[in-house]
Amino acid sequence: MSLRLTGSRRALAAAGAFSVMLAVGACSSGGGTSTDTGGGNTSADCAPYTKFGDIKGKTISVFAGIVTPEDVLQKNSYKPFEDCTGAKVQYEADKTFEAQILVRAKAGNPPDIAILPQPGLLQQLVATGKVKEPPPEVVANVEKGWSPEWKTYGTVDGKFYAAPYGANVKSFVWYSPKEFQDKGLQPPKTLDELYQLSDKLAEGGRKPWCAGIGSGEATGWPVTDWMEDMMLRLNGPEEYDKWVKHDIPFNSAGPTAALDEAAKILKNDKYVNGGLGDVKSIASTTFQDGGLPILDGTCSLHRQASFYAANWPEGTKVAPDGDVFAFYLPGKTADDKPVLGGGEFIAAFADRPEVKAFQTYMASADWANAKGAQGGNVVSANKGFELSKCKCSEIDKLSVQLLQDPKTVFRFDGSDLMPAAIGSNAFWKQATSWITGQSTKQTVDNIEAAWPK
Amino acid sequence: MHPTSTAGKFLLMFEAILIFVAVVSVILFIAGRLGGRRSDRWVAFAFLIPAVLMLLVGLLYPGIRTIFQSFFDADGNGFIGINNYKTIFTSSDQLVVLRNTVFWVVVTPFVATSIGLLYAILVDKSRFEAFAKALIFLPMAISFVGASIIWKFVYEYRPDQPGVKQIGLLNQVLVMLGGKPQNWLIDSPLNTFLLIVVMIWIQAGFAMTVLSAAIKAIPDDIIEAARLDGVTALGMFRFVTLPSIRPALVVVLTTIGIGVLKVFDIVRTATGGNFDTSVVANEFYSQSFRASNQGLGAALAVLLFILVVPIVAYNVRQMRASEAR
Repeated sequence: MSLRLTGSRRALAAAGAFSVMLAVGACSSGGGTSTDTGGGNTSADCAPYTKFGDIKGKTISVFAGIVTPEDVLQKNSYKPFEDCTGAKVQYEADKTFEAQILVRAKAGNPPDIAILPQPGLLQQLVATGKVKEPPPEVVANVEKGWSPEWKTYGTVDGKFYAAPYGANVKSFVWYSPKEFQDKGLQPPKTLDELYQLSDKLAEGGRKPWCAGIGSGEATGWPVTDWMEDMMLRLNGPEEYDKWVKHDIPFNSAGPTAALDEAAKILKNDKYVNGGLGDVKSIASTTFQDGGLPILDGTCSLHRQASFYAANWPEGTKVAPDGDVFAFYLPGKTADDKPVLGGGEFIAAFADRPEVKAFQTYMASADWANAKGAQGGNVVSANKGFELSKCKCSEIDKLSVQLLQDPKTVFRFDGSDLMPAAIGSNAFWKQATSWITGQSTKQTVDNIEAAWPK
Repeated sequence: MHPTSTAGKFLLMFEAILIFVAVVSVILFIAGRLGGRRSDRWVAFAFLIPAVLMLLVGLLYPGIRTIFQSFFDADGNGFIGINNYKTIFTSSDQLVVLRNTVFWVVVTPFVATSIGLLYAILVDKSRFEAFAKALIFLPMAISFVGASIIWKFVYEYRPDQPGVKQIGLLNQVLVMLGGKPQNWLIDSPLNTFLLIVVMIWIQAGFAMTVLSAAIKAIPDDIIEAARLDGVTALGMFRFVTLPSIRPALVVVLTTIGIGVLKVFDIVRTATGGNFDTSVVANEFYSQSFRASNQGLGAALAVLLFILVVPIVAYNVRQMRASEAR
């Protein structure tokens, strides 16, 4: 190296120093605490909080995977609790939460409260022996607020650990209400009607469906939702449960038929991939981009969860009379109403009084309503969640209506309940290979072979 | 403690610096008190202790633990002998990972070094040498993740449909030449080579810099003597340049080789290891932290270690040889 390089070296050093500053700035904006402790604020009705006793000045650390910008709504929903009790909630989020929480639990450095996006993760955390059982008040709240199956998702080996938190509905098909109106179409009531609708939309060589399953290392997960939805519709909830628990093999007749049913749309080159390419382009399109062609008019239908509402560009009206909206992915008959969904759960790693109090608060309808009152993304399966008082979006309203409908048969996202080696590895990978050409039989055989013995 | 506020992080940083200063002071104090005959040796020991301690705690202990863990099952509880290693060398998924790693290790160092060497010779003593060198050196300043994102856009695919425009450079060039856009990152094994291009793009600058310095260090009298003997340009390269820069060449090759074995960022950013592009380092991470298969993850880490060791040993020997000159 000659002297000539010193100039560029100095520039490099300056650039390095600058990026360090940027990193520090980024950290400080990401991990700030939510509010100052203004104990004894009188703006909210503090009566429900007196039972928590004196926990003023205490701090509760919360760790979650919900990052900016959605985290603002999380932090705001803790405010009534903070204002009334004087305790402080320290919220911290990380995109790689699923990996980090396990590392921290094993290293003996867990947060007080963790918001888990998958029941499968709860099993792993309980296995570390660090998860504390919730106080009886939480159990009471859960039994009062949720249907019994929700309690079982927070239960490991017969012991209840984690209360449900938020929820989402996955059995939705996004469409353009305007396009449907112009063409004189109605959302379908049965699965057969859905195919008829697709055929009608496919006239003239147009591709009616669009999809994207790209999601970094989690690429493939939207296909697992497709398969689960079809599993519920074709084989019913009982066989679904057996499939998830591996009481029947992954490659038995029912699941194979379910994946084949998903192939009727996803691997049908007459149906996909509107505005995005051929069948294979599903694998290279990110799930965030998967439904956007609806806005361009190059695609009409996109099956994705309620939370997809956040992906539409700013200014898009998401409503039954807007630019986009979703209809319920119909069952086999009009009377069948299986709903696939997901949700978060709260696990505690400490049993100090303030942590117990916060846990109880989060498991209450009060919290759900506090979050509902500020609007934004909020779906709760809590029966005490008052939809009329919620400032939630139309799609969230539809989701809550579906969850609270007595005819609904709810089932939790199966891949989140399966062991990690399947639910967050083999299932995703094989589903991706399935999109890029692998046969259904080979796919289910490979997943069955990967199931931990 | 897990500091979340900026102030907390700075506090932790200052605490760490204070501890560091304290430890160094203690060592200096002890070293200063040592006297008498053979004191040099004791002073050397005193200075070595912290480094040795850290190596023990930070490298040796986790290393041994990882080797130990690689003989256990997914939860790390049941002993399963060499089954994890068997999986690596028999399961079809893992064989693809090994195949890709071989592609990376065989292709990247040689191509990157060749490009760097060729470039160094071509621009040597030319009028625009500094500028030309800066051009190829610049990618070195970009992180692997940043480079992968840049190249992801180069390979970006949009369908061949009316009203849809290409946004990826490669596909746009292809379309302008009358071809059809390709979904580059989907088809294996081509996609692995496209990812290797990213690594070469980054590493060629490194190879160029080191080799250019080595070329400039060749004594003028050798070159003049060769010229007087009437050597051709090719002969000059073959019989003068190449032998003279051999040690530097080996260091460059092995350094890139080690870097390539550990490649993780590019694969994870560009494809996430999908579409049969995973390599050992990426697979080790996803098995350990995503699939929760600690045993297999550890076995992959051990395999990586075993693969790196001979290259590191060779690298160290060559560096010593070149320093001895």
